[in-house]
Amino acid sequence: MWRDALLVAGRDLRIEARSRVATSQVAPFALLVLVLFAFALDPDTGVLESATPGLFWVAVLFSGLLALSRSAALDESDGVRDALRLSGLEPGGIFLGKAAAVAVQLLALQAVLAAGVIVLYGAEPSGVALLALTCVTGTAAVAATGTLYGALVSGLRVRETLLPLLLLPTLAPVLIGATRAFEAALGGDTLTRGWAWCGLLLFFAVLYTLAGALAYGVLLEGS
Amino acid sequence: MKPVVHFGAAVALLGRFPALAGVDLDVARGEIVLLRGPNGAGKTTLLRACAGLVPVVRGEAVVLGRDLRRDPRAVRRRVGLLGHATALHDDLTVEDNVRFWGRAARADAGDVEAALVVVGLDGDLRDVPAARLSAGQRRRASLACLLARRPELWLLDEPHAGLDAEARNVLDSLIAQAARQGATVLLASHELDRAESLADRVVDLVGGMTVSPPAAAASHPGVDQTAVEGLEPHRVA
Repeated sequence: MWRDALLVAGRDLRIEARSRVATSQVAPFALLVLVLFAFALDPDTGVLESATPGLFWVAVLFSGLLALSRSAALDESDGVRDALRLSGLEPGGIFLGKAAAVAVQLLALQAVLAAGVIVLYGAEPSGVALLALTCVTGTAAVAATGTLYGALVSGLRVRETLLPLLLLPTLAPVLIGATRAFEAALGGDTLTRGWAWCGLLLFFAVLYTLAGALAYGVLLEGS
Repeated sequence: MKPVVHFGAAVALLGRFPALAGVDLDVARGEIVLLRGPNGAGKTTLLRACAGLVPVVRGEAVVLGRDLRRDPRAVRRRVGLLGHATALHDDLTVEDNVRFWGRAARADAGDVEAALVVVGLDGDLRDVPAARLSAGQRRRASLACLLARRPELWLLDEPHAGLDAEARNVLDSLIAQAARQGATVLLASHELDRAESLADRVVDLVGGMTVSPPAAAASHPGVDQTAVEGLEPHRVA
């Protein structure tokens, strides 16, 4: 299964690298969201500073939707889904590979966004360990959940509009948990609480990773 | 010897529509069988059913010794389907595509390279993104993906479509060579002269049902029997 996951992750990342959609569209979109928030919330009032953790993760979610939608679309084109079913690849491995590829893209995106909030919002990073672990667990949760839901809506004509509609409410706990953990890391709350929120993200990531690995075969057959 | 493909009064549904309404078919190892019939006769559905992609809901369906009704996944890695879709990723190069599908089927680098050579995509074209290929070149790349898998059962749906004369001859030689080496081939084609000269026998399909009894035929009289160098197109059973 792990071999299959590596193979699929390599394919998805190679496609993204060749298409350059992540760098030419997704990342600029994420930065644009940050800029628009900065226009909407006047930096001088302090609102922007206090809202930085939430705005960061909203930008991650919105931009992540693009990456997740593309990831799902890769297997929709020109008979690829049938070829995957015939390939002999373990469905659980396909799921893990796709989720891992999305996670790598999201982590790279967060590095760009982190630079953006430092420059645009004047954020001062502290509690680096908590910030880093929140990014990892939050990313894993978003990637696993999004990949699972991407498979769930595949084959439907309305999948591109249905995916965000289903996914955003499901990811609300991730948004809340990641925001609270970031607030703690940036000094808005105690670090102990931050680690507790990080634990929630880890639970969510493990839950959806297991669910996806187990259910992906059924979804692949049913789509 | 048990047939590689055995369908007995097999019924398969597409949605609620019975696309196969009673198929009786036995195909022996090393045989090349042409499925013949008008549009909508069920040729593509039968090929997809053999691959375990369309569920057989009634009757008998045994492929490569495995009951498709119980475990369709068990045969999938061992079959190669060349259908209307190419399963190529447009942003990947030809070589990347063939390598991915080959490695998925546990093929080694030698199988992938040999497949590219046989279909004539081993030159500059190997580094070209699939999106920039012509329809015929895409078809050849898709054929290379199948060859790299070295399947025991070849399922070919209009395999000559989009290919130029040279590629058609290469394909026919590959099919004949694969059969000589023990692979089994089921193909559906509307290019009847070429396909009939390639096939050991013909099975007619009408309205999702087989209508002609099995009959022996000459072994590939119209095909260049020269082996294609550098490739063993199927796994040794």
